[in-house]
Amino acid sequence: MQIVDRRLNPGGRSLANRQRFMRRAKSLIRRAVHESSGERSIKDADQAGEVSLPTEGVHEPSFRRGRSGGVRDYVLPGNKDYQEGDTIARPNNGGGGRGSEGSPDGEGQDDFRFALSHDEFVDLFLEDLELPDLAKRNVTKTESVTWHRAGYSVTGSPANLALMRTVRNGLSRRIALKRPKRGEIEALEAEIAGLEASGEDPLRLTSLRDDLARARRRASRIPYIDPLDVRYRTFQSSPKPIAQAVMFCLMDVSGSMTEHMKDLAKRFYVLLYIFLKRRYKHVDIVFIRHTHLAQEVDEDTFFHSPETGGTVVSTALEEMIRVMRERYHPEDWNIYGAQASDGDNTSSDNERTASLLTDHILPSCQYYAYLEVGREGEHFPPGFARRHSDLWQTYSMVVATGAPMAMRKVNHRRDIFPVFRELFSRKPKAGAAAERVDA
Amino acid sequence: MGDLLFEGAEWTFDTLRRCHDAAAEVASNVLGLDTYPNQIEVISAEQMLDAYSSIGMPLFYRHWSFGKHFARNEGLYRAGMQGLAYEIVINSNPCLSYVMEENTAMMQTLVIAHAAFGHNHFFKNNYLFKQWTDADGILDYLEFAKSYISQCEERYGEAAVESLLDAAHALMSHGVHRYPRRRPADLRSEQRRERDRRAHEEAMYNDLWRTVPRGKAAAGDNRVEERRRALLQLPQENILYFLEKSAPRLAPWQREVLRIVRQIAQYFYPQGQTKVMNEGCATYVHYRIMTHLHEHGRLTDGAWMEFLHSHTNVVFQPEYDDRRYSGINPYALGYAMMEDIARIVRTPTDEDRAWFPDIAGTGDEMAVLRDVWANYRDESFILQFLSPKLIRQMRIFDVLDDANEPEMRVMAIHDERGYRRIQRALAKQYDVAWTTPDIQVADVNLAGDRRLILHHRALNRVLLDEGDTRLVLQHLADLWGYDVLLKEVDPGNEAVLKEHAASPRGNILRQDALI
Repeated sequence: MQIVDRRLNPGGRSLANRQRFMRRAKSLIRRAVHESSGERSIKDADQAGEVSLPTEGVHEPSFRRGRSGGVRDYVLPGNKDYQEGDTIARPNNGGGGRGSEGSPDGEGQDDFRFALSHDEFVDLFLEDLELPDLAKRNVTKTESVTWHRAGYSVTGSPANLALMRTVRNGLSRRIALKRPKRGEIEALEAEIAGLEASGEDPLRLTSLRDDLARARRRASRIPYIDPLDVRYRTFQSSPKPIAQAVMFCLMDVSGSMTEHMKDLAKRFYVLLYIFLKRRYKHVDIVFIRHTHLAQEVDEDTFFHSPETGGTVVSTALEEMIRVMRERYHPEDWNIYGAQASDGDNTSSDNERTASLLTDHILPSCQYYAYLEVGREGEHFPPGFARRHSDLWQTYSMVVATGAPMAMRKVNHRRDIFPVFRELFSRKPKAGAAAERVDA
Repeated sequence: MGDLLFEGAEWTFDTLRRCHDAAAEVASNVLGLDTYPNQIEVISAEQMLDAYSSIGMPLFYRHWSFGKHFARNEGLYRAGMQGLAYEIVINSNPCLSYVMEENTAMMQTLVIAHAAFGHNHFFKNNYLFKQWTDADGILDYLEFAKSYISQCEERYGEAAVESLLDAAHALMSHGVHRYPRRRPADLRSEQRRERDRRAHEEAMYNDLWRTVPRGKAAAGDNRVEERRRALLQLPQENILYFLEKSAPRLAPWQREVLRIVRQIAQYFYPQGQTKVMNEGCATYVHYRIMTHLHEHGRLTDGAWMEFLHSHTNVVFQPEYDDRRYSGINPYALGYAMMEDIARIVRTPTDEDRAWFPDIAGTGDEMAVLRDVWANYRDESFILQFLSPKLIRQMRIFDVLDDANEPEMRVMAIHDERGYRRIQRALAKQYDVAWTTPDIQVADVNLAGDRRLILHHRALNRVLLDEGDTRLVLQHLADLWGYDVLLKEVDPGNEAVLKEHAASPRGNILRQDALI
């Protein structure tokens, strides 16, 4: 009998099969991911998740009998009061429900839950999406450096001694110079001792003694490790590109914004956050809410604290500019702006908003997205032109100049993801950040 | 009284060894079991899931369906809807048993008794396993299969191999030889038979036969036909074998892959036919071993209670109208029958003497059981040994569902008139000829349009599942390379009940360009 401990064997033996399965079921999984992203709460939107797949999509067929028709026997345990010759009404599902055959492959026909790892989830979630204008304008100007391995050198500090390499060099040198091995010397010594003891063959004894003396000389002349063998690991520095981004979330929290609208905005921010996080090592978020006054707040206040007042959008932009100046210098940070609003603005403020955006914000931003959230179920009868909001009209003019900015309207939760995808989907040309001015 | 094997739930490798040795002693001295040497492997829960996904084998080739099973089991396990098996045992020599590290010391003992002795004995002695599987070679063969298929993937692309495996897996249930093949006779016996034939002919010689006029034209055609069918070994029920040998357009490596799938299907073929017996044997053995250990003071009373709890869970049989009912539990039926046989051998009633004159009261239940385990499969086992007492105890009844009748009818219950019918009906449910549809390659015209014709002999007029059949037939057509026609035939009057046809899809499996 043998006991083997396999617990330490490398895990993930099914990984290859899992990848094959995912490739096979890709379209199904993708659909499931998008559906499930609508259901799950925002906080854990980018956590690993379970999705449920319909089984028929990855069905493995086999020749098997149908579930109804013909003559069949059911042999069942636990008879209560049936007598021979009793008749029983046939269950509606054709007898399959009695289950004496069960399902032939031993699997139910239910959907099955499928757990995706975080990376798999996000990959599928954001598949085919790309950040526009990824060419960072300030990539070259950076102070931080990163070290990476750059081969071996003959000088260096003892801490960087490359032991393997050193010993290997020593070995090859000893082989090349034919340094006698310890075993060979011992063999000579043993043979000499043997001959001395027996006293036979004095000629051979002398020649062996010569050999031994020669071997010892050689061994002492050729060292085991020579300074020539020693190698050190070397490192080189290289400039590190900026790998951090800041995301400004701007939202109108005046009375006209309903909970539904805030929810839409939140969903959009979450998507943007997940997306940025995938591209940048470090992502900061700044929440700025505004009525007729703007204020930087924490996340909870941003989404949940009620506020009343008028609506002056430019205050939020000013606040954003202030925070940018203080903490997020465009040369060190990739800046993304996302603004959500129902489109209301004090008419007199529109001009100022446009100029702040064009002159101060857009030049330092990688991308600026404006999301206009509407009431659920808002629709217009055909033939009626839809009136565009103040903010929409203002921003349309900015976008028309070809700035790195996009704007969309969203009324329903289910539209968020398509709109997001549309904004960031991989486009053939970088300059195609064209907006679509319709509902 | 011996020393306690362990106390509490913790175990060490030393404990495992002690438990194994104690169980081995009971198995060989008290029960007289004959087993392969054991190799016990301790694995983690994740590794157990891994093993699940490759049909329990320690190594297997790669295919998406195994990933699917893994994902499914993992999902169920994580959601807490399904526990993991405590063990997996592999029919190899040495016999591999996987035990989970999470098990308590009592569970490990139980698992060792169950798998490393019960299943092990069954694997080594049952005639089906002896006839169909090669316990010495299976792991090497799987190793070969795995590396061969991964080489094919490198050479011909993963997509090509995957679609081939999809097709082969779909036909896996019809890729087994059900009867031992005729072995080619050796020269000596050929000569002997030839001599016997000649002697027979000489003895039977009658000059009158020479004068009988001979039929002519029709016979010629028929002979060609017969010869062709004989060359192709038609009719052939092993569809994968037929394709491997005769499909006109497969590349050599594709034939080899079909062969691999077929060999593996053949390896698992006995397991499907001996589920009840195999589990019954293992459960009976673990019960006997554990009882013996407890009686001789090797287990604490606490461990004994824990064992009883787990044992009764395993052999629990919900009744047909219970929400938990999902067919007859092979552990429950198998264990109940083994216990029942032991009872008949030890303390038979008059009824038992009438029904089982051969074994009733012979006194040595292990001798009888060892003989049963060696020489039966589920179908014959139930037909032979399902006793009236057990039918009464489980209150088994038989319902007939004839699609031509408006209602189902109770044909037999646990009474004098019903026993035989219940035995037969239950045995039939474990008969492979009943559980897998009888589909055979009936004919093919290699000189003409090469259309492959298969027959499904629709037992009791139960037709094949329409959707699945279409998919499988499509795979079959892809492999065959030409049109395929499946006729569902009523075995009673040879009437064709239904036909399915499929044509190969373009270049799904064609590798002509690459060869």
